[in-house]
Amino acid sequence: MITFSDKQLKIPNMQRPVYLVTGGMSKFGRAFPGTRTEELVIDAMTEAAEFIGMTPAKLKEYIHTCYYGHFADHFGDQLLGESVIHDRLGLDPLGNIGIKTGGATGGSTLWEAYKTVASGYSDCVLAMGWERMDEVPTDEGNSLISCAADKDWETPMGHIYTGYYAVMAQKYWQVFGKEEASFRRTLAEIAVKNRGYARMNPHAQGPMKITVEDVLNSPVVAYPLLALDCCLMSVGAACGILADEKTAFEMCDNPLRIDVTAGSHTLRVADRRDMEIPLLPNETKEQYADLGERFPGGDRYPGFTGFLAARMAAYYAYKLVGIQDPTDDLDLVELHDAFTISDIQSYEDIGIRPYGEGRTYVESGDCFHTNPITGEPGKLPANISGGLIGNMHAVGATGIMQVVEVAHHMWNRWGEMHGSQEKWDKFGREKPADWKDMQVKGAKRGLAISHAGVGSHVTCTILQHPDHLLKGGE
Amino acid sequence: MKVEHLASKEEDEKRGTVKVVNGRYKPSGLFHYISLNTPIKDENGTLMGITNPRDMTYIHSYGGEAVFFEGLGKGKLIASRCDNPDCVTKGSIYMPFRIHCPDCLAKNTPVDITDRARGGNVHSFMITERTGAFNTLPTPIKFVNVEFEGVCTILMGALAVGEPKMDMKVTPIFRTGDPQYIITDMLWVPVGTPADQLPEHYTF
Repeated sequence: MITFSDKQLKIPNMQRPVYLVTGGMSKFGRAFPGTRTEELVIDAMTEAAEFIGMTPAKLKEYIHTCYYGHFADHFGDQLLGESVIHDRLGLDPLGNIGIKTGGATGGSTLWEAYKTVASGYSDCVLAMGWERMDEVPTDEGNSLISCAADKDWETPMGHIYTGYYAVMAQKYWQVFGKEEASFRRTLAEIAVKNRGYARMNPHAQGPMKITVEDVLNSPVVAYPLLALDCCLMSVGAACGILADEKTAFEMCDNPLRIDVTAGSHTLRVADRRDMEIPLLPNETKEQYADLGERFPGGDRYPGFTGFLAARMAAYYAYKLVGIQDPTDDLDLVELHDAFTISDIQSYEDIGIRPYGEGRTYVESGDCFHTNPITGEPGKLPANISGGLIGNMHAVGATGIMQVVEVAHHMWNRWGEMHGSQEKWDKFGREKPADWKDMQVKGAKRGLAISHAGVGSHVTCTILQHPDHLLKGGE
Repeated sequence: MKVEHLASKEEDEKRGTVKVVNGRYKPSGLFHYISLNTPIKDENGTLMGITNPRDMTYIHSYGGEAVFFEGLGKGKLIASRCDNPDCVTKGSIYMPFRIHCPDCLAKNTPVDITDRARGGNVHSFMITERTGAFNTLPTPIKFVNVEFEGVCTILMGALAVGEPKMDMKVTPIFRTGDPQYIITDMLWVPVGTPADQLPEHYTF
């Protein structure tokens, strides 16, 4: 049983508030044979500038430091790819640095940008992320991704990262899912939801109008994971501009408060040791006393069923901004749905539901834009962008895309940014005849979780409308 | 089950090798193969890009973990234990082998847990037909995560015989003939598996 010190559990105390001023995204796709990475990055940057009525040149005048999220150098056979992009964006002589934390790279890029503004080093920072995963055949891509596991202890075993995660999925499936057909259908509901939402998103790579049966009949990847349970492998870019209060209100009328925290856990699942569950504000030690009785095998924490990194990122974030219960205090979330089952695990790690009860977030209808049971707005809609399953997983861009998507709702501009016929035409995608504005009405607070692999890094980003800040934050 | 490690013996023989002499790497032989780029064009013959062929061999140190990887070829599973009397987790045994204790950072002591590992318990598992390039395991790949009495971590390995299930008892087998000195020199089989069912080169 391992423990953590009070100093390690200290809640961040930032020197000044930080704001998200704007954000932008490129089109996301499996491959862009006719497009260089810098073109995608400039698309994202241009969208961010235009969103606040600026030219890219004007926006660049505000930027003081640049963080670049780009996970996999070896995909592009280009070390210092960040420097290539920095040059193409014409941002000399500004200080810049690359960020790499696997699947959490996008969130980590925002984390660094956030701290740089909060510390006073910079008044305005660019957080730009991208990934280029189309320039090797898929099996070589799988092998390259497996290099993010332990080179000596894991990678030689199949060169397939999905497998290293799948053992966790198997454990959750058996312990908390109890191998029930109803649970398998709940997983499928997530895949149907996220792919369906992606149909309303012109940026999205994987929109599909499918049924639960389609998911259940899709090929087995590693049971219980089926092909349609799994996220996309994508190319694309996304960016966010963060600033201090004075600069933010100079650049636009309605910046959003942003706070970003991070947690970590072992790179190898094999190295996880037992510990007590770190509790979130809406939990008690007593409620987990009988977890092992209700779910035999579920009393080993985090075991293979929980993500400590996500739990700790939420722990720091909730106490930093004053969240008591995420379902009550937030209006929407974007979660790292690398797989449907990891989506459910995240519900528990960040306290949307207690451990063991993640499935009820789906089964209650709370996670939907419109609750399919009541026909009313979902209590806490999740992954309206389509998530990683329906929208994209261009690793370095993913965590930033999530935050931009949440922000579009909070700026009440989701419909404008996703419904424009001009954008659908520009991306060469057909706008569905049944396209629907997915704007979450009155959204004032949102959350995004950016997550690496089997849980080595996780960031938690909280956006709040400055007139609706929670009280009680530390 | 037959474990193939490389395409052919002839290919292997062309590859460079490395020795350490006086504390330095001494490579000899061929470490990279040079190929010409080829153009990538669309249906209209318009240039879109080029291929960048690359075939190279990395040199990698096992450092303090060498004792583990060398042990596999000798039929030994070598774990490590923190023996620092001042450490809050003193006595913890780690498998995967950790050179240093994650808590006090003192150097751990190698300990042979081969006997303890016989009859290890499957904590979780996974079966997949999918692999990445350079895979050497036969498909479908069957991972088992094995927990051992008195060990605080859970090792991932590949099951070589039978079908995995929760809480099955497994025992390690080792590539004692022609060891490759990588993690797949150790595989797992259900307890009670006859020796004649083991893959070529592997023994109990």
